[in-house]
Amino acid sequence: MNFIEARKLVHEYIRRDEEDNVESILTALDGVDLDVKQGEFVAVLGHNGSGKSTLAKHLNVLLAPGGGTLWVDGKDAEDADNLWAIRQSTGMVFQNPDNQIIASVVEEDVGFGPENIGVPTAEILKRVEKSLKSVGMIQYREHSPNRLSGGQKQRVAIAGVMAMEPKCIVLDEPTAMLDPNGRREVLEAVEQLNREKGMTVILITHYMEEVTGADRVYVMDNGKVVMQGTPRAIFSQVDTLKSYRLDVPQITLLAYELRKAGLAIPEGILTRQELVEALCRLY
Amino acid sequence: MSIILDKVNYVYSEKTAYEIHALKDVSLKISDGEFIGIIGHTGSGKSTLIQHLNGLVRASSGGIYYNGEDIGDDDFNRKELRSKVGLVFQYPEHQLFETTVFADVCFGPKNQGHSRKQSELKAFTALRSVGLPEDYWYRSPFELSGGQKRRAAIAGVLAMEPEVLILDEPTAGLDPKGRDEILGLVAGLHKERRMTVILVSHSMEDVAKYVGRLIVMNRGSVMYDGTPAEVFAHYQELEAVGLAAPQVTYLMHELRGRGIPANGTATTLEEAKQSILQAFSEKCR
Repeated sequence: MNFIEARKLVHEYIRRDEEDNVESILTALDGVDLDVKQGEFVAVLGHNGSGKSTLAKHLNVLLAPGGGTLWVDGKDAEDADNLWAIRQSTGMVFQNPDNQIIASVVEEDVGFGPENIGVPTAEILKRVEKSLKSVGMIQYREHSPNRLSGGQKQRVAIAGVMAMEPKCIVLDEPTAMLDPNGRREVLEAVEQLNREKGMTVILITHYMEEVTGADRVYVMDNGKVVMQGTPRAIFSQVDTLKSYRLDVPQITLLAYELRKAGLAIPEGILTRQELVEALCRLY
Repeated sequence: MSIILDKVNYVYSEKTAYEIHALKDVSLKISDGEFIGIIGHTGSGKSTLIQHLNGLVRASSGGIYYNGEDIGDDDFNRKELRSKVGLVFQYPEHQLFETTVFADVCFGPKNQGHSRKQSELKAFTALRSVGLPEDYWYRSPFELSGGQKRRAAIAGVLAMEPEVLILDEPTAGLDPKGRDEILGLVAGLHKERRMTVILVSHSMEDVAKYVGRLIVMNRGSVMYDGTPAEVFAHYQELEAVGLAAPQVTYLMHELRGRGIPANGTATTLEEAKQSILQAFSEKCR
């Protein structure tokens, strides 16, 4: 069985007036099928309001399925008894670093999660050290979080999730509020966790450049999965992506434009290196 | 008409343990009708700088002159300055508070002392110019999507009819289409109304595409000030301070390193495309 298996997942936001009559229904997820294997790096793209975040919140049952089925780590998300087990196996990182850090010292913040589930103190200390090392923040363990940069804060937030020793980490636009350096730091930390620790990663983002390293990409529109495949397969469909209010990485777009202008460049170029090689072969 | 900054310094929490020298001897001249981009890593002083331009923050030392008048003078009308220099903050939609979008946009002109009728006319024009469909005008701001809310918030500033428009990361959190729409809107305001626009951004690709002049802030000082091509020619120095050049600029340098005579100063997709095609066509000749 896959680590995450969603079948025809539905979620509706229902608005009611003061007399409890239904005013409007917004179908945020409309029959989503999702399969994520243990150790996979999956990216989810989609415009604002396409249902990405609603999907993310189902993966650790912050929201319960309104229809269809969802299994996470072999457990049925609809069964309330599984709630805590699922939340421990799947951790979440959100967009705004300032909303996720609660303690006044970095290591205390990272240790908060394990302490909360009754991990023995000696074990907490070990986990804090390991987690902070895995995101490259160990030298800041005794610092105050509010003096850190955005990228550093996000890495502390990721360490806080890591200290719970989850099997999967879901990141909902973790770089939206960061500068280029901060974006790179966070992305490198995430890719490293996936590569070296075999962590299952689900990354939701608006930055097309960030998903070129993913194993697979899902594209959402109007609560449905409308495209899925490898980054190369997805980004070779420039026009389709644009119709979903998305884009392709600048380098991919340049390769596409050069192809249209008559240069024999292969389809689905993702990185600068690939384009340089392709152009040098032609020249 | 211009904004001149003469050796502006700003120190947060002066004479305490938390003292931070956020601006150090910043001197700039911003002329009428310019489209300026400001880049810099988090904490480089970008936001502090723009808050000086409409008098929200008073310089610790140095002078700021708006059309020749010192805005620090006791008899200078700073209230009027704030309506002439419109500032759109990060995530401006968090500041929407009225029951309808239209009422929210009316708030600015009303606060300036315009009559209800005049305010409504200004709100009408502003909402038109940001391209928000009329269906949304009388809805609660909370029913709008992220991009629409941001348009409504920008309209709220435009309704005050500013001469200078400053936007602090107006595209943060928007999807790619939404980013293009907001930047297209801003570029349109600059082009059609000759409005002076100052854009703070984390996207090197965006500033390269839209602005005519780029200012790089680092540790409270102006590090570079020039056209995007001039500034991004220093891509190695920019990296050292946590910034970067657009992807295509790196590509052009790598191509040159491999013997293809691409234009090293290209900063936009269009420039890169033309330069590569030219290199290939010259080779064939």
